[in-house]
Amino acid sequence: MTVQQEFRVVGSRPVRPDGVDKVTGRALYGADFNMQDQIYGHILRSPHAHARIKNIDCSRARAMEGVLAVMTGEDLQEPGSRVLGSGEGAIALRDLTPMVMAQGKVLFHSQPVAAVAATSPELAALAAEAIEVTFDVLPVVTELHAALAEGAPILHEDRFPDGQPKEPTNLATHISAQVGEPDAAFAEADVIVERTYSVPMCHQGYIEPHACVARVDGTGQVDLWCSTQGHFTVRGYTAALTGLDEGNIRVTPSEIGGGFGGKTTVYLEPIAVILAGKSGRPVKMVMDRGDVFRATGPAPGAETRVKLGATRDGRLVAADVECLMDSGAYNGNPAGFPAFLATACYKLSHARSVGRSVYTNKPKIHAYRAPSMPQVTLAFELVVNELAAELNMDPIDFRLLNAVEEGDSNMLAARYKRIGLRECLEAARTHAHYRSPVAENGGRGVAMGYWINAGLQSSATLNVSADGHVAVLTGSPDIGGSRASMALMAAEVLGIPLDHIHPQVVATDAIGHCDVTGGSRTTLATGQAVIQAAEQLVAEMCRRAAGEWDVGVEAVTWSEGAAHSDQGCLTFEALAARAGSMGGPLTVSSSLTASSAAPAFAVHICDATVDKETGRTTITRYTAIQDAGKAIHPDYVEGQMQGGVVQGIGWALNEEYLYDDQGALQNPGFLDYRIPVASDLPLIDTVIIEVPNPLHPFGVRGVGEVPIVPPMPAVAEAVFHSAGVRVARLPLNPPRMVAALTGDDDLV
Amino acid sequence: MAVQDFVAPRSLGEAQIAFAEGGGASWLAGGTDLLVGIRLGSRDPSRIVDLKRIPELMAIEVESDQVRLGAAVSAYDLLRHPTVAMLYPGLAEALALIGSTQIQGRCSAGGNLCNASPAADSIPALIANRASCRICGPKGERLIPVEDFVVGPNQTALGGDELLVELVLPLPTGRCSDAYLRLTPRTEMDIAVAGAGVSLTLDDDGKCLASRVAIGAVAPRALLVEEAGQALVGSRLEEAAVQDAVLAVRAAAQPITDKRGSAGYRTHVVGVLVARAIRRARARIAGEEIV
Repeated sequence: MTVQQEFRVVGSRPVRPDGVDKVTGRALYGADFNMQDQIYGHILRSPHAHARIKNIDCSRARAMEGVLAVMTGEDLQEPGSRVLGSGEGAIALRDLTPMVMAQGKVLFHSQPVAAVAATSPELAALAAEAIEVTFDVLPVVTELHAALAEGAPILHEDRFPDGQPKEPTNLATHISAQVGEPDAAFAEADVIVERTYSVPMCHQGYIEPHACVARVDGTGQVDLWCSTQGHFTVRGYTAALTGLDEGNIRVTPSEIGGGFGGKTTVYLEPIAVILAGKSGRPVKMVMDRGDVFRATGPAPGAETRVKLGATRDGRLVAADVECLMDSGAYNGNPAGFPAFLATACYKLSHARSVGRSVYTNKPKIHAYRAPSMPQVTLAFELVVNELAAELNMDPIDFRLLNAVEEGDSNMLAARYKRIGLRECLEAARTHAHYRSPVAENGGRGVAMGYWINAGLQSSATLNVSADGHVAVLTGSPDIGGSRASMALMAAEVLGIPLDHIHPQVVATDAIGHCDVTGGSRTTLATGQAVIQAAEQLVAEMCRRAAGEWDVGVEAVTWSEGAAHSDQGCLTFEALAARAGSMGGPLTVSSSLTASSAAPAFAVHICDATVDKETGRTTITRYTAIQDAGKAIHPDYVEGQMQGGVVQGIGWALNEEYLYDDQGALQNPGFLDYRIPVASDLPLIDTVIIEVPNPLHPFGVRGVGEVPIVPPMPAVAEAVFHSAGVRVARLPLNPPRMVAALTGDDDLV
Repeated sequence: MAVQDFVAPRSLGEAQIAFAEGGGASWLAGGTDLLVGIRLGSRDPSRIVDLKRIPELMAIEVESDQVRLGAAVSAYDLLRHPTVAMLYPGLAEALALIGSTQIQGRCSAGGNLCNASPAADSIPALIANRASCRICGPKGERLIPVEDFVVGPNQTALGGDELLVELVLPLPTGRCSDAYLRLTPRTEMDIAVAGAGVSLTLDDDGKCLASRVAIGAVAPRALLVEEAGQALVGSRLEEAAVQDAVLAVRAAAQPITDKRGSAGYRTHVVGVLVARAIRRARARIAGEEIV
């Protein structure tokens, strides 16, 4: 692969095509879509966190005037042993279906039990309340260690840790990986540090709640409009849950108000489709904020123990990592990535890593930006910092000594090609922030992070109009500015003005398959499909020009938006205008399974000051440095970096799911689930490093996820230095810090 | 559920008739608590009676010996009033902490008081400033101190047919000032874990002639802690006197443990806030820069 290095428009910062609509309020999000004759769905949710459903009596609800459909979990397909998707994206229906509606047993508070559709939202809510459910209430367990203790309430009596049908436990998964001989290697270490840190379950905190409208027409064609990170995934999952043919379902994505991994599955859509089918009317459903928190998939809480050994000259010799993660009520497989990737930033010939996940009476966890990596990186990076301090080494120098580079491997045995971790570390070391003195009473923390990044399937279609404008169609919902990036990449290849390019995200039947916008893959993989399609379009235009000139196609070159030969020049616009007489409409498509994914690395520096009397932390300065490979649109790379940092700061300082002893969430809203507000934050400074990804035509690496990996340890380290104490449990909120500073645990 | 009936009377008399006719009506000032409550299902009024067209409730009057603040005047209008924020900087800083800039455009000091949250920011600041409530009802008017207005969480001394018309604050005289501080994990869009309002009057030598200390979010309602004020009177606000006031508020606090903070933390931090609010009010009197 030749990687393009010089660009005409890639790397510039045009205003995004969706920008005006978004800032003026014209953009249409999930809940903005309405249809004539629509009715409204409402879900009855479990008031218990653990119970058997003995009976559901819908007769009173059905009898209410204006109630047009009622459903229960029995209306969904029997999950059986079917698995959807493959690889890391695979999910068993037995773990997906009950998140949409309970199957005989409820395993978390607010789990859907039944649903109704009625002529007004108020009536639908009243009708849902009229459904009578008889529960056999069971004891609840929400804490990881309690769930593993002997005698704990068992969530799944038919699931066994090793597939061996003996005594069931709440252990969901157990994965381990090893390279070399870590036990023997620790004997060669001069310094060993071992610590355990835990982080709470937290939510992605996307601002837009889930919403959809479903319509089933007389021929069985199903239409769904919804807010999602992946409408092809919505189509596949909805087909599997409802038993409908995928080919009969068309899904059109709305604008999306955040997802961060949380909108890569279905909650409302299969219910709306079933209610629409039963009632014969379009059904609209909008989840309220409380239910978003209570009953969609959060990120797992985790406890991670890390033991690292180094020689006196600062070489890491061995690592031992053990991570216990919360899976929630069903298997969300949170422990796989930490088991294999905990050590991914470091040259380590001897390492062992164990990941376990546990069932608890909470919603099944779901993807959140670099799933599970922030939790394990917290412990790993904090131990690295302590080790560097013990060796009297600068934490960046220590990392430079041990950082992976081209040719090194991680525990997945993946050998790194050219990567930019060392460049990020060098940039951090020389950055004005790192060279500035630490404020009096303040502290500074450094941490780095890794994320694997995905490739997956993408498609793009380019349709040329007679005036030489180009519609760039993809199936990748635009969360972070990807339409602007698609337009830049198409303009780069075609050589035509950027404002002649019109990027759009289109429905499932209007474009080839696209996997979700997730895994930091859209600019890389969908962008590669756009580049390929644009190259095909250039090739077709050159072929037509060659025909016109009666020369061989090899005699034609393409530059500056025109075909050239010794016969003259034919511009893109001229070829577009004459398409009808030169071979027909100009339209090209490209689909691929991207094999160009390359890992992302980031280095963060955080300054914080802790008020020692109140325990309250202020982040005073923050710098994020990241290898983007090639920043197609630098604004949106920086936006991803800043957004990840903000979410990481929130997780480090205040965000936390708080459950009562009956498994009810105590803070299901943004008032008490405290994501940071703008005034809580300094300007997040960013430095984009560009070490081109050798596998991608433009050198792109995914950038969306790794920014959330280093913030927790960077913030925690800064807080610990300012406060003069280390705290083993996050969030580092004011009560926890005062308790640590005073030694009085009653203050927490 | 959906509100069935909305009226916007133009006089107190009309308002009282409209309220009585409603049978289960709610008064509406800014609506920043009422509308949220309706949406959450915790409030279900049969009728909403808007107060914002009644002149008395929307007026700010600075008189020779007192200041009268209409109960429905928005926090933003109070904050931008040329004299209110100058006379009561602590009350102004409390109002400026409610919600966010957008919320402050709607919410009112009267509404903050009538909502009767234990954590309301403006209440300790009003108590510290000796504010009273002018209440109007079918049987006439009465005036009660703010510290007696709230009787418990979301409960006030208002009779079912009574209305809070205005807040009356004595005009500060002599070398005096006030301060309000609260602790929230976030900088804004948050609810106080603890709050402290302090007013001070000093003589020319810096001796404390009078002081009122009120605390919020550490009891079922905001409390006037007279012992804390007394600990300061006669002192020159030396550290020992400040610490006596801190001990007094910690002794008076009766906090609960909930999702926003433990009882232990609240007791600890309300003392920290009182000490800082005393220093802040003193710095204001001395004309020092406030950070």
